[in-house]
Amino acid sequence: MTTALEKTTAAKDRLVPGTPLLEVRDLHVEFKTRDGVAKAVNGVNYSVAAGETLAVLGESGSGKSVTAQTIMGILDMPPGRVTAGEILFRGQDMLKMSNEQRRKIRGRKIAMIFQDALSSLNPVLSVGYQLGEMFRVHEGASRKEAKAKAIELMDRVRIPAAAQRVNDFPHQFSGGMRQRIMIAMALALEPDLIIADEPTTALDVTVQAQVMDLLAELQAEYHMGLILITHDLGVVADVADKIAVMYAGRIVETAPVHELYARPAHPYTKGLLRSIPRLDQKGEELYAIKGLPPNLYKVPAGCAFNPRCDVATDLCRTEIPALHQVTDRDGAELAGRKSACHLWKETLHG
Amino acid sequence: MGHYVLRRVLQMIPVFLGATLLIFLMVYSLPGDPIAAMFGDKAADPATVANLRHQYYLDQPLWKQYLHYMNNIFHLDFGTSFTGRPVSEIMADAFPVTIRLALVAFFFEIVIGLPLGLIAGLKRGSVADTVVLLLTLVVISIPVFVLGYIAQTVFAINLGWVTATVQDSRDISQLILPGLVLASLSLAYVARLTRTSIGENLRADYMRTAVAKGLPRRTVIGRHLLRNSLIPVVTFLGTDLGALMGGAIVTEGIFNIAGVGNVLYKAINQKEGPTVVGIVTVLVLVYLVASLVVDLLYAVLDPRIRYA
Repeated sequence: MTTALEKTTAAKDRLVPGTPLLEVRDLHVEFKTRDGVAKAVNGVNYSVAAGETLAVLGESGSGKSVTAQTIMGILDMPPGRVTAGEILFRGQDMLKMSNEQRRKIRGRKIAMIFQDALSSLNPVLSVGYQLGEMFRVHEGASRKEAKAKAIELMDRVRIPAAAQRVNDFPHQFSGGMRQRIMIAMALALEPDLIIADEPTTALDVTVQAQVMDLLAELQAEYHMGLILITHDLGVVADVADKIAVMYAGRIVETAPVHELYARPAHPYTKGLLRSIPRLDQKGEELYAIKGLPPNLYKVPAGCAFNPRCDVATDLCRTEIPALHQVTDRDGAELAGRKSACHLWKETLHG
Repeated sequence: MGHYVLRRVLQMIPVFLGATLLIFLMVYSLPGDPIAAMFGDKAADPATVANLRHQYYLDQPLWKQYLHYMNNIFHLDFGTSFTGRPVSEIMADAFPVTIRLALVAFFFEIVIGLPLGLIAGLKRGSVADTVVLLLTLVVISIPVFVLGYIAQTVFAINLGWVTATVQDSRDISQLILPGLVLASLSLAYVARLTRTSIGENLRADYMRTAVAKGLPRRTVIGRHLLRNSLIPVVTFLGTDLGALMGGAIVTEGIFNIAGVGNVLYKAINQKEGPTVVGIVTVLVLVYLVASLVVDLLYAVLDPRIRYA
C-alpha cells in the first residue's frame, strides 16, 4: 500500500543532506555458474557523502563484497554480470563509462582496502615499489620521487623506520603493519572515496582497534567518503555514521549507527545484535540466529529471511517486503531509517 | 646466503666423488678387453700388450686405477683415449658443438614456449588455449627420434629448406632444425607450466589489488602477473639448460652433429673407458653447478625464500 509512495520518496530521500559522492541505485548482480544463476545482489540502494562513513553489514554471501567490487569495477566478469542498476559517482553512471575512464577513477578517485593484506600485496615486489607505483602510473613520477613519496606515506600511517623499511617485502611486516601499508596505498592519491572490505578481519583484536582508529582519523583528515564493509558489529559502532544491513543481496535495514544499535527495525538486525557476546550476560547461552544464510541459487520466496525469522507470517513467505520508511509511534519519519520488513512497526515499537 | 653457497659447494664433493666412482666402476666392469680390441683380429705381441696395459694403468687393481684417475683429474688431466688422443682434446671438440646446439634449443624454448603458455593461461578455455594444449600434448607424446626423422624428411628432403645433416655446427642456421627438435619436448613443458602458473596467479588477491590500483592492463600483466608466474618456469628452464649441456644422443645422432651426446655414444660402443669417464665426470660437474645456480636463482626471484 505504501509501496508507490515509497518509490516516489526514495529518489529524493537521502540519508544525509547534500549531493552524495557515490550513489548505488537498484543494483542487480548475478553470477552464471555451472550450478545455475546465483543472484548475489538484488536491488541494492545506498549512498555515501564526502566525509561520511557508511558501514555495510552482513554475513558472508549477503552481497556486500560483490556490491563493493562492482563499484570498484573489479568484479570477475564473467561469471559476474550486472543485470540492472546504476552506480553514480559525482552524478555520473560509472557502469556506462569506458574501461579506460573507469581505470582512471580506480585508485585515484575511489580506492579499496582488502581484507587479507598478505595475499593482497604482491609477494615479490617491495612495499616501496607497490606504494610508489600509484604515483608512477597515475602521476608519472620518477622512480626516485615515487620512493620518496612511498616513505612519506609509510610515515603517514605510522610505520616505524619507514625509510629503512621501504625496500622490504610484504612478508617481512607484521599483519597490522601490512594492513597499514594497504591503507597507505589506498590513501596515496587522496581519493574521494575509500572502500574498505573487512579491513580488520584478519588482524588481532588489539591491532584491529589501532587500524580502525587510523583509518577513521585519516578519513576525517582528508574528508573522504568511506564504505566500511564488515560482518562485525563491534567494529562499526565507533566509526560509522550510518549502517546498511544486507541480507541475501538486499538492504534490509538502514539507520544512523546509534539508532540501529538502540532500536533495530528488522528482525535480522535484532538477531545480529543479540548474537554479540556481552560481558554482563555471563553464564547465559549466546544467542545465535537459527538456520543458515540462504542459498543464492535458490533464494526463499517472499522475504529471504523468513525461514530464519521468529516472527515470520504468511505474508513474509509470499511477498518481498519493500524498504519502508520507518516512523516513530506518532507517524513522524525517522531520518535515514528504513526497514525491509513487513512487520517493522512491531519489531521497532513492539 | 654465503654460508648456504659454501655448504652447497662442500656437499658437491661427496656427490662428485660418488658419481665418478660409480661410472668408473661401471665402465671398467663392462665385458671385453679394450687392449685386445685394439688389435682386432691380429695376434698381439704379449710384450706390447703388457706394455699398453701398464701405460693405461690396467695392470693395477681397480681402486688404484681410480685414485690415479682422480689425481690426474685434479691436475686437469683427463687421460688419453685408447686411440691415443687426449680425452681433454676430444671434449674440447665436442663441448662447443653441444653448447651451441643447447643455446639454440634454449632460445626456442623461451621465445616459443613462454608466449604460448602466456596466451593459453590468460585466455583459459579459449580456442587458442585448446590449440596450445593439443599441440603440446602431441609433442610430449611423440618420441624425439620420430619427431626428428619427420622434421628431417619434411624440411630437408621434401621441402629442401635445410640440409639433412649439420655440415658445420658453427653455422647457426644449420642448427635451427635440430635445435627445434631438441627443444620440442621442453618447449611443450614450458608452455604448459607457464599456462598453469599464469592461470593460478591470475586469480590471486594481489592481482585484484593491482587492478583496483588503476594500473593499466599491460602493467598488471607484465609487472604483477609475470613476475610471479615465471618463478617456476625460470627454475625449470635453469634445470633444463643443465640437461641440454649434457648433449643429446638422439638428436645429435639424427642430424649427425659431433657433440657430446654423439661422442659419448660412440665411446660407450667402443668401450673407450677414459673418454666415457672423462665426459661423464664433466657432466656431473655441469649438473651440480646448474642445480646450485637454479636454487640460488629461486631465492633471487622469490624474496620469500631465504637460505641460511
